[in-house]
Amino acid sequence: MNLFTTVFIMVRRDLILALRHKSELLTALFFFVIVVNLLPLGVGPDPKLLSKIAPGVLWIGALLATLLGLPRLFAHDYQDGSLEQLSLSPHSFTLIVLGKIMAHWLVAGLPVVLITPFLGIQFNLSGPIIAVMMATLLLGTPVLSLIGSIGAALTLGVRGGGVLLSLLILPLYIPVLIFGAGAAEAYRSGLDMSGYFWLLAALDILALFFAPWVSAVALKVALE
Amino acid sequence: MNWFKYASPASFYPLAGKLIPYFAAITVVLLAIGLWISFFVAPTDFQQGEGYRIIFVHVPASWMSMFIYCVMAFWSALGLIFNTRLSGMMTQALAPTGALFAFLSLVTGSLWGKPMWGTWWVWDARLTSQLILFFLYLGYLALTSAIDDSRRRDKAGAILSLVGVVNVPIIYFSVIWWNTLHQGASVSMTKAPTMAHTMLMGMLIMALAFWGYTIAMGLKRVRCIILEREMSSEWIKKNAVE
Repeated sequence: MNLFTTVFIMVRRDLILALRHKSELLTALFFFVIVVNLLPLGVGPDPKLLSKIAPGVLWIGALLATLLGLPRLFAHDYQDGSLEQLSLSPHSFTLIVLGKIMAHWLVAGLPVVLITPFLGIQFNLSGPIIAVMMATLLLGTPVLSLIGSIGAALTLGVRGGGVLLSLLILPLYIPVLIFGAGAAEAYRSGLDMSGYFWLLAALDILALFFAPWVSAVALKVALE
Repeated sequence: MNWFKYASPASFYPLAGKLIPYFAAITVVLLAIGLWISFFVAPTDFQQGEGYRIIFVHVPASWMSMFIYCVMAFWSALGLIFNTRLSGMMTQALAPTGALFAFLSLVTGSLWGKPMWGTWWVWDARLTSQLILFFLYLGYLALTSAIDDSRRRDKAGAILSLVGVVNVPIIYFSVIWWNTLHQGASVSMTKAPTMAHTMLMGMLIMALAFWGYTIAMGLKRVRCIILEREMSSEWIKKNAVE
């Protein structure tokens, strides 16, 4: 069994598990939609203001939606003991963790990206800005899942895990938020925004390289 | 000299006990000199008046808050590499002091900002990144206090502080870029005014006093942690309970 098969099998397993619990699947998405829709109720319906703050709001919504699913990333497998079995498997535990993270992104991150156009219309965004937003979210949300997995692994089985997780992880999300929302802002001001995409891609690569490994180490600590 | 000898809590405990009075004394003396310089010797700033004197606390506190985070990361790395128990204890002993200095730096900065900039808070790159550093400290403290098993607490805390220290530069630069994009040059803190020698002197002495304080407090706290953890071991019953 080669490396990609390990990852692929884990992704498929976790996706099947997620599809068997459809309510969990949709919770993060609806949470995102509701949080973003609450904002106009808070700041007033002025279309100009809304279209100005929309990128930031969408990004914060995406951050919180990712965060919502993170405590469950390893919790079920930890409770029923399958995580311990997985850690004992002869295949690389880091790759197994990577598979779980990818599945989490497919369940929590990708739907957020796909629903963005509808929310963008609500916020009076023009077509090109919506496209920019989708592109940055597509690049950025994997980083959120990857970094988040470290927090999920560290807080596994710890009391008050969910709230603790957000305290640990949200400060680390700041660069993604800045570059993600910054690209749309740069586009609006007519500036070159390719730099933001490169930076997001760099964060992707860094997180892809380090996060599964650190998460695997943290999980081993939790399983000791 | 075998440094690993002191990696054992049993031999480090008495050493720490011996060192604390010296560092405490150094702190008191330097603090007295530093405060005397900052209040009476250093000249009044012709632009900022007397209000500037808060920087004698503010700048060293900011230095210490950043430095302590690096020291924590150092102990964490050491703990993960050599699997020494004392490293985790040292990291946890330093964290509250670091958080305290980060908070002190934010508060004094805000107090300084009100008369100088006319506002308590600006979304300046330095202020924002200092705030985020404070959040990182809080995250570390929250995580370590939530885990009961001391072995897991040490390792989880070590991983978190290393992840944090890798992220600090990324966060710092992203905040700077964010700041230059959003904010015009309304307030610039980066152009430090040229300082009189006495001012610099006062600041350095205060910084050394804070070093002494950090070391003394860290050792004191690590002694408490050692006592707590090794409660059931023989050497504590024999020697440490005075």
